[in-house]
Amino acid sequence: MVGTALFFLFAGFAIMCAISMVYHKNPLYSAISLVGVFISLSCIYVTLAAPFIAAVQILIYAGAIMVLVVFVIMLLNLDDDRPLNRLRYLYAIGGGLGVVLLAQTLFVFYAVLRAPNQPVDPNTSAGKTLTIGQAMYTEYLLPVEIVGVLLMMAIIGSVMLARRLSQPQLELVVEREEELRGEDD
Amino acid sequence: MEFESILKTAFPFIVISIGVLMGFQIVLMIVAYTVLGERKLLGWMQGRIGPNRVGPWGVLQPFADLLKFILKEDIVPDKSTKFVYFLAPLVALTCALMPIVVYPFGPAITTVDWSFLPYGLGEGVRALPLTIAKIDVGVLFVFGITSVGVYGIALAGWSSNSKYSLMGGLRSSAQMISYELAMGASVIGVVMLAGTLDLNGIIYAQQQSTFRWFIIPQFIGFFVFLISAFAETNRTPFDLPEAETELVAGFHTEYSALKFALFFMAEYVNMFTVSMMCTVLFLGGWYVPGLSHIFEVGSIPYAVVSHVAFIGKICAFLVLYIWVRGTLPRFRFDQLMNFGWKFLLPVALANVIFTIIVVFFVNR
Repeated sequence: MVGTALFFLFAGFAIMCAISMVYHKNPLYSAISLVGVFISLSCIYVTLAAPFIAAVQILIYAGAIMVLVVFVIMLLNLDDDRPLNRLRYLYAIGGGLGVVLLAQTLFVFYAVLRAPNQPVDPNTSAGKTLTIGQAMYTEYLLPVEIVGVLLMMAIIGSVMLARRLSQPQLELVVEREEELRGEDD
Repeated sequence: MEFESILKTAFPFIVISIGVLMGFQIVLMIVAYTVLGERKLLGWMQGRIGPNRVGPWGVLQPFADLLKFILKEDIVPDKSTKFVYFLAPLVALTCALMPIVVYPFGPAITTVDWSFLPYGLGEGVRALPLTIAKIDVGVLFVFGITSVGVYGIALAGWSSNSKYSLMGGLRSSAQMISYELAMGASVIGVVMLAGTLDLNGIIYAQQQSTFRWFIIPQFIGFFVFLISAFAETNRTPFDLPEAETELVAGFHTEYSALKFALFFMAEYVNMFTVSMMCTVLFLGGWYVPGLSHIFEVGSIPYAVVSHVAFIGKICAFLVLYIWVRGTLPRFRFDQLMNFGWKFLLPVALANVIFTIIVVFFVNR
């Protein structure tokens, strides 16, 4: 009974935050609402006996990624009422994706209804740190490696984009770095 | 009959509420006296007396300070973003206080017979753990919650609508994100040696290890953790976010009265939390070598002595914080970033790889 009450509390909070994220004009409020969504989701993970996933959800999404997003929003000077006419064609795509998402949600409900009703055993649950670690480094080793390489590529790519320099500028930078290293020695 | 069943249902919640209140009381009292201790110690280092007027030796100073914070006028800047301005100190203090629930205050008391409790409430209660919540990913929980605390500072800087606050907030978030990496990497070595993420589990693992304290096999990890801890809590020599000479008071320039007090308390509670982590991960937590020969394991005196040892180790770290503040000058911002990314992080990662190799060959 307590579990159900907690679920409705956190799920309601998550949905409220999600709605406020979509409807706020100010991107900073949207970002804060998204953090609210992440935190309530991690509370739901805790009630599902998956503390590791809950902690990692907060640590990575709320604590690292969203901080960077807030950081960028704070640095940009955003105009409050910029016309969005330029992006009119995106509404159609957004509507289409929304329908797909709705279909997915309905399918999940259907699958949950059809699935056998098993109570969660906190000792053998998939949310345990040990189970996740063992699965990651044995059964799913290849996907983990691929994701690692992809993330590495993303980091290098973003550095390349951020420091996109023409050849003479690049030579200048290299020269300057070498000078600095010379000074240090 | 009705009353009994209600009491039985509510009993665990009452016990947890009492535990939370006691834990908060212990931490907040120590934090209040850390502030006084800091002023006294800094005064002593600088050839002054320090606060000595409120009560004998100034022992009532924290309460006088609190009263002053409450009674001061609360000024809200006209052009600030009101909602976020109010939210920021609450986020900062909440995220600072939440890790208290996983503090391992001492060993579980197992020798007391709880059957004397009325209405059969003590039935089946074997052990009284001195930790409020049993979370088996305690290390990740503490890191996760403290990393959410960055929002308090970043949002305070942004919503005050002042350039000093904004610069302070930006510096602070950049600094905390950078040093969080080194801090996380320095803990991995300990987690690998202990084989668990549970704080009490790490303490038990240290008791059974060869060296008793993980500071000996993991001394590189310890120093990286300690240095990043100074940066994470915005303390000297890494207190760039509130560098007085450049930024007035950094992210809390526009905050006054009780809202400022919340930030102030959050900073000191965070200091306490990283000291606790340092104690648990590297200095054996509440474990006192040889104590099990004097008192029976699980008895009340054993728990009390262990608890006092735990608090004592934390206080030693708090004194270290104050000592460093009285000794070292402040870093420049580019020095801070270079140090974090080009020195601490590689050292921490090298430590992780070295530990992996050693653990692999020892466990073979």
